[in-house]
Formats: sequence, structure tokens, C-alpha cells
Amino acid sequence: MVAVSSMDIATGADFVQLLTPEGQRLENPDYPLEITPDEVRGLYRDLVLVRRFDVEATALQRQGELGIWAQLLGQEAAQIGSGRALAPGDMVFPTYREHGVAWCRGIPPEKLLELFRGVNFGGWDPRQHNFSLYTIVIGAQTLHATGYAMGMQRDGAEDAVIVYFGDGASSEGDVNEAFIFAASYNAPVVFFLQNNQWAISVPEERQSRIPLFKRAHGFGFPGVRVDGNDVLACLAVTRKALQHAREGQGPFLIEAFTYRMGAHTTSDDPTRYRLASELETWKLRDPIERVKAYLSRGGFADSSFFESVEAEGDELAARVRAACLSMPEPKPIDIFDQVYAGGSPLVDEERATFEHYQAGFADEGGH
Amino acid sequence: MAGVAIARALNMGLRKALEADSKVIIMGEDVGKLGGVFRVTDGLQKDFGEDRVMDTPLAESGIIGTAVGLAMRGYRPVCEIQFDGFVFPAYDQIVNQLAKLHYRSHGLVKMPVVVRIPFGGGIGAVEHHSESPEALFAHVAGLKVVACSNAEDAYTMIQQAVACDDPVVFFEPKRRYWERAEFDASAPLADAVPLHAARVVRPGRDVTVLAYGPMVKTALDAAKVAAEEGHELEVVDVRSLTPIDWETICDSVRRTGRCVTVHEAQVFLGVGAELAARVTEKCFYSLEAPVLRVGGYATPYPPSRMEEHFLPDLDRVLEAVDRSLAY
Repeated sequence: MVAVSSMDIATGADFVQLLTPEGQRLENPDYPLEITPDEVRGLYRDLVLVRRFDVEATALQRQGELGIWAQLLGQEAAQIGSGRALAPGDMVFPTYREHGVAWCRGIPPEKLLELFRGVNFGGWDPRQHNFSLYTIVIGAQTLHATGYAMGMQRDGAEDAVIVYFGDGASSEGDVNEAFIFAASYNAPVVFFLQNNQWAISVPEERQSRIPLFKRAHGFGFPGVRVDGNDVLACLAVTRKALQHAREGQGPFLIEAFTYRMGAHTTSDDPTRYRLASELETWKLRDPIERVKAYLSRGGFADSSFFESVEAEGDELAARVRAACLSMPEPKPIDIFDQVYAGGSPLVDEERATFEHYQAGFADEGGH
Repeated sequence: MAGVAIARALNMGLRKALEADSKVIIMGEDVGKLGGVFRVTDGLQKDFGEDRVMDTPLAESGIIGTAVGLAMRGYRPVCEIQFDGFVFPAYDQIVNQLAKLHYRSHGLVKMPVVVRIPFGGGIGAVEHHSESPEALFAHVAGLKVVACSNAEDAYTMIQQAVACDDPVVFFEPKRRYWERAEFDASAPLADAVPLHAARVVRPGRDVTVLAYGPMVKTALDAAKVAAEEGHELEVVDVRSLTPIDWETICDSVRRTGRCVTVHEAQVFLGVGAELAARVTEKCFYSLEAPVLRVGGYATPYPPSRMEEHFLPDLDRVLEAVDRSLAY
């Protein structure tokens, strides 16, 4: 087996890869991974199901059922690999695209649609799943993650935090301040950067003149680039980074080198800024196909397995669709709920005014 | 001079808050060893340790952003922004995250964070050290905004703010930090004036003067002079800018029939505008004159050699009082 050494990683010429696009298993002494065929089948199922869910959500947007959707297409391995590396006590801070990580944290996929349908800003309990709400402002959550990790330190917890962000976010002040705070306090936080090559229309070259994982060295903590389309490599590297954080060795940056195969969101049109040939190149590195090839060639799964996962995906899609269409409309009066923990006379007054105004229509028999 | 200075009263209040709840932590630039550039946190790190009184890197967004994360973990951070003009790198975290997380999470995530900001001018400082940005925070739903004007309020209000489950932006009148007053620090906090209540600090029958922070003293000074001229001003310390205690304010205006608002911040779209609009709406049939506003001009805060002309003073308040009485 060919090993990719960490020396190669440091040059930026290469990345940690444990499964080639052709489905060949590699070993890496720095990131050993013992994994059973059954576990690989589990990862394959995760990948297929979250992609199927993502396709369904995109369709729901196109049919007018969601206001917008941020696709994860192409980033399944980065999210499932890192998500399955987490322990129950670890805390996750996502962007708005971490549907695969949400899946790993046990959040029902239909819950993710609520935000994009506009019925709320996030329909799950962050504490129940140890998965914070989606954050829309680019990079803001990296500071929350660092602060949360500083809290874990104070509590003497043996857990870690993982925070997701992108290549575009790496230019934000908050991300750089998060690196500084995390380094300064040696906070147990893993920075998981999904470099999907495009910040809407702006390519990675506009964000950085060095490979992004190398930024970590300047802040004084390790940084590693991993093949973001390789679920096994993402799993192994994230496990090691989390262990590093849990053991009190401080922050760790992982750059998952991947590709946004879809648009930035359903409102975006990538044909205006990138070549179709680029997508074709990345299709050859598809995160799901290589796992399928590995399982098939190794005799670890047969067609009935693949068919059953397909069928499960279709069932999931149908369930999600039904849940989306039957989602209750929020009541207009809910606008005024939970502005303050301790309430507010101003909000109360305006709620009462609104109720009175609404009641005026009821008297007329309308609305 | 007897009594306790405002800076010291804040220090005493913070000490009580740290003693009362082990989840309270203080964080900011130079708040530890140095005790803050105004010494408000003097001695606290020595007594409570570096984990609870934390010198942070010099990054305001980082301070508030990590405080948000600490609050998610169950802590109650009290953040110091060194000067008013330096809060803006943190404005995004305050407005988009701190203020909105309780709403975003349907009440599942609480943000008991205090952001302390020394504000206002009159200290002969360089640029960005004399700003009054309170309206920029009072406008943001999800934040509570208060300003203390005297030592007793400083002592009680900071403890109430720390105990509050909502984010509180806490403005401190930096040019009054060394004003002293006597008060009973052993009085139970439960007996103190509620955090969001206004307070009549000098009763009078002729004109209501609404002020907060450093301008309360200016208003009281003006009231003394007005009294010599035969006009009794009722000075109300507004104290809470979000929410505002309309009951106390309107009760006063209905009695006097006249109202003047005073703050250092620019008059245009300042807190005085909201005070004037609501007082007019709520007390329309009691008013003998339009609500008049005294404040800074629609210019950036000027260089310090000119600041006395920018800042409302006793004469500017009295001039507005005279105009009100002339209606």
C-alpha cells in the first residue's frame, strides 16, 4: 500500500487520503484507521441518504416549498467522515450547509427544512443533539465554538468542540480571532474547514496565497489537509484531531479539500463564473462512487445491498417531502415570542396592539 | 471627599456578582493584572483567579463572540469594552448573535452576557474615546440597554445586569467615574430600584428634564440654577434605555406639562427622539410645549479643545428649559 507521508502534507502538494477515487484503500501511518466492512457499509448508507435528502430538498425549493436551499452536493464525505468521528459529548457548531453532520447528530432531516421554509430559524434543541443552530453570518460561529470550548475547559470536561466553516470564511476577521483565542487559551476546538473551492463566485485563490491548512502554523497549532471527498480519511483525521483537543493539546485545523458540486444555494447560478469542465473533473472524485467501488471490489457488498440503500433513500425522501408539505404554518402572533428571556414591556405592548389590529379583521369576517 | 466613586462602586458590584455565582466571569482587554484602564476590575483577578477574570487578546469581536460561546455553555460573561469607540468590531457579534440567539432558538439558548462600555466625552481624550453610541444598541431588539449615573446605581445596576438572563449593554459615565456618593452597600439587592425603572432624582413642578448617564449631574446642576430663578425642574434619571420606564416618565410630564431631554449623543435619531415621540403620544393633552431635545450636534465628536462646545452643559439645558417655558 502506498502511504502518504505527513512530510508531503506539509508541502501542500498532497493530502491525507485513505481511499482513492478508484476505491483503492491506502494506509497512512499518521492516520491509521481500523474499520470493518460493516462500518464502511454504514458510512456508504450515510453518504447516499444525505445526498438523496439533499436532492429532495433542492427539488422542494424548485417547486416553491422552500424559500432557498443550501446544497451539500459533493461535500458528503467531509461531513459524514467528520460527523461520525464525533463522540456524544462533543459539541458541533455548523454553518448552514452541514446537513450531513446534522444527520450524524441524529437531527431528523425534515427539521432542517424548517429554517429554509421560513417557519423558524432552526427547529432543534442544540443541547439535545449537541449541535448548535445553523449560523448564517459567515465565520461568526467559530468564535462561539471557541468560547464554548473555553467553557468545557473550565468545567474539566473530556469533550471537544468541532466547528465548520469554509474557504470564504477563512478571510473573515472572526475566524482569525477564533484561531487567536483558541491558541491563546489552548481551547479544545477542532476547526473543520471545508474548502469547496468557491465562495459563491470567488475562487480560493482570492482568499489565500498559501494552502489554507498552512494558516494554522502561523497561529501556532497543527493544520492538515485531507481529501475531503474521502470519507475514511475525513473520519481518521477528525478522530485524531478531536483526540488531540480532548487530551489538552489545544486547537487543530483540518482543511477538507472538496468541491461544491452544486450551486452556492438555489439562488445561485454557477455557470456565470466557472467552467462545466471543472465539475466533470470533480465528478471523477465523487465521494460516494469510491466507497461503492471499494465495497464492490472487495466483495463487501452486493447489488442487493446497494439497492436496499437506494430504496431507503427514496423512503427518506418521501418522508421528508410529506413532512415539508404538512409543516404547520407559524401563527403571526409568534413573531413576538422569545425576544427576551425576561420579557419586555415594549414587546408586550406591541403584541397587544397587533392582536387588537388582527381582531379588527376578524370582526369584519375577513382574514 | 467622603463616599464611594462610581468606578469603585462598579468594582464592588462586580465582586458581589463574582461571589454570588461561580458561573460569572469577567473578560476584556487589560481587566486582569492592570485592573482595567479605569481600574473598574482592580484586584478581582488576584482574588478570583485567571479563569474567572480573564485578560483577552486585543480583539473586540473575539471577546463578544467567545462570550456568546461561554454563555451557551452556561457561563455568565461580563465583557469590558475598553472605550465606546472600540465597540464596533464587536457590533456584528452583538447585533447578529448576542441579541438574536434567544429568539433564534425559541428561548432554548439564553444569553446572560453583560457588555460594559465606558461612554461619553469631557475627558480631553483623542478621537474614538468620547462617543455615545447608546442609540445604536437601544435600536436593536433582543438587547437591554442601561446607563448608570451615580455610585449607588452603579453598584446595584451592575449586579442586576449580571443576574439578568438577557444580554445587557451597560453604559458607564466615564467622566463621572470619580464622582463620589455615600450609599449602604449592605442593603439587600432585592430592595434596590429595579434595573429597568426610571427614577425621579429631583422633584419639581415646572419642567421635566429627562437625562441619563453623565448628563444626570448636568441636569441636576441646571435644576439648582433654575431654582434660583424661580423654576422648579423635575429631573428624571431614565436609567434604562431599553426598555424605557414610560410610567415614571409620563407621570412626571403629565404633572409638569413640559419636557426637555438631554444626552451627549447627537440629537438626530438619538434616544431623545424616541423619548420625545412617545411622550408626545402618551401625554399629548398634558403638554404645554413641544418636547425639546438637547444633545450633541450632527457632527463627529470634535477634537478635545472644542468638546465643551459640543457637549450639552448647564447653560444649554437652561436655554432649552427657557424655550419650553416660553410656549
